[in-house]
Order: sequence, then structure tokens, then C-alpha cells
Amino acid sequence: MSKALDSTDRAILNALQGGFPIADRPFAIAAAELGLTEPDLIARLRSLLDDGVATRFGPLFNAEAMGGALTLAAISVPEERFEEVAALVNAHPEVAHNYRRCHAFNMWFVVACERPEQVRRVLEEIERESGLPIIDLPKEEEFFLELKLTA
Amino acid sequence: MTDLDRRLLALLQDGLPLVAAPYGALAQRLGISEAEVCERLRRLQAEGVISRFGLVVRHHELGYRANAMVVWDVPDTEVREAGRRLAALDFVTLCYRRPRRLPRWPYNLFCMVHGLDRDEVLAQVAQAARQAGLEQVRREVLFSTRRFKQRGARYGSTAEARDRAQVA
Repeated sequence: MSKALDSTDRAILNALQGGFPIADRPFAIAAAELGLTEPDLIARLRSLLDDGVATRFGPLFNAEAMGGALTLAAISVPEERFEEVAALVNAHPEVAHNYRRCHAFNMWFVVACERPEQVRRVLEEIERESGLPIIDLPKEEEFFLELKLTA
Repeated sequence: MTDLDRRLLALLQDGLPLVAAPYGALAQRLGISEAEVCERLRRLQAEGVISRFGLVVRHHELGYRANAMVVWDVPDTEVREAGRRLAALDFVTLCYRRPRRLPRWPYNLFCMVHGLDRDEVLAQVAQAARQAGLEQVRREVLFSTRRFKQRGARYGSTAEARDRAQVA
């Protein structure tokens, strides 16, 4: 667990989730808006990443726009097999994350691939390895959020 | 996407270099000018290949201990309007329409709600139902109890990796 965040850390987290300048000195621009110096902002970002408060800083790529594909998949796993099935699902590098949830469908994971046909193949492999049926729930429409910033 | 675009994105897989001139550092490694790196990134952003640029936070480490996927069975003719209304709420961090898989899975609208604890999440879900006109619609709240794997978005942003968190 990380150390406590101060008000500057919180301001950085709120300001830098939605966008970052593309310019020759982007940290200087972002720092000025936060009332910080450039080296100060860089050091703060480094410790937010080192402490695990943030997992990444940089561009996020859209799989579909790059010709790839992803889906959300769910399995109803018998309780006594949960650990075994979690291990075999997580062993696939295309599985981006996997959550246990309180429901008859208790395992929920995202499969992200560079090519659309690979998604189907990964799901079929998991069904074969686990002997359990998967429900495949690809996104049909995304409802975009307004940018939410706290001052 | 060109070959050079792919090389640029490959260099960015682990994130932007934390140096004063990060685009210049990338340019040096690719043997092109800093201006060209910036121009390519702006184009990739405009094309939607880069969906967001910034920090990816961990909700749990920020004190948001409860997260739920809330699923709704909304009539097809109303799902778009309902999705827009849910997405407009402060505490909803993602909102998607997905297919039903009858008879096993009847829900077609999904959203993520984060809160400090489960009671807060449940209160927010009730508020969402009121404000989005979904009180009469069948819904379920699926709390997460364990995260097994969460990798940073590599090639392909993934749902929860794109979540934004407000830090009070």
C-alpha cells in the first residue's frame, strides 16, 4: 500500500487522467497549470507510478482502431474449480484482466487481441481447456463520459 | 498505420518517458525529428488509435474499495437513451451496450460504479436508476471480490484500464 497522498498528488491525479500536451516540453506546460515546476511534476509522477497508485502514464491505444479486437467474457465456474480455472484463463497472454464477481457468472475477463479472429480462438481454447461454456459479450456501443474533473 | 507508426507505438508500450522532452527522446530512438513524432501522435489521436493520453490509476489504491458492474435489461428501443443518461452521472466510469445471451444472460446495458464501500455503491446504483429512468427495469449489481490480473494496456486499451477516477 502506498503512502498517503497529499493535495498536490490529488491535483495531479485529477488533472492528468484525461489528457496530456503534445509539445516539446509537455511536463512544463502541465506543471504550470498545476502551479508546479517541471522537475517537481516529473518526480511526483515517478513516485505515483513507483508506489502503485498509477499503473501507467502515456497514451492508451484503442484496439479496434488498430485493427484489433476485444471482448468481455464470463464463465460460471463451480466453486471447487475456481482456482484451477482462474490459473488456466490467466495463463493466456491475451487475457488483459480477470475479476471474480458475486454472481452465478463469477469469473469476468477481457480478451484483447491484435486481430479479430484471434478473440474467437482464445475463447474456444479456454472452453476446451476448462470444459466450461463462455458467454461472449463484445461491446456494441460505448456511451462516452463527460470529462470529469474536480477542481 | 504505417510501419513507423507501429515502431512509435511499440516504444510507448511501457508509457511516455519521464524526461523533460519525452517526444524528443522518442524521436532520437526512431531517427526522426521531434516535430514528426508530435505530428504522428496528434494524427493517431485524431484517428482514435490513441484513445486517451495520461495517467491510468488504480481505484483500489485510491481508497475506492468497492466496485460493481451494474447490468440492466433495457428494452432495445430505449437502451441508447438510458446509456447516455447513465454515462452522464459522476460516479459512472464506463457504460456500454452489449448483446443479450438468452436464456443465460438477459442484460444488454453495462456500467461500472466505484465507491468507498458497498453501501455507497448501492446508494449510487439506486440514484442511477432514478435519474436514468430505469427504476422499473430488471438489474443486477455484480460486486468484484478479487482482481486476478490487471495488466497495463499494451496493444489495445481494455475496459477497466480506461476508467477515470475522481480523487476527492
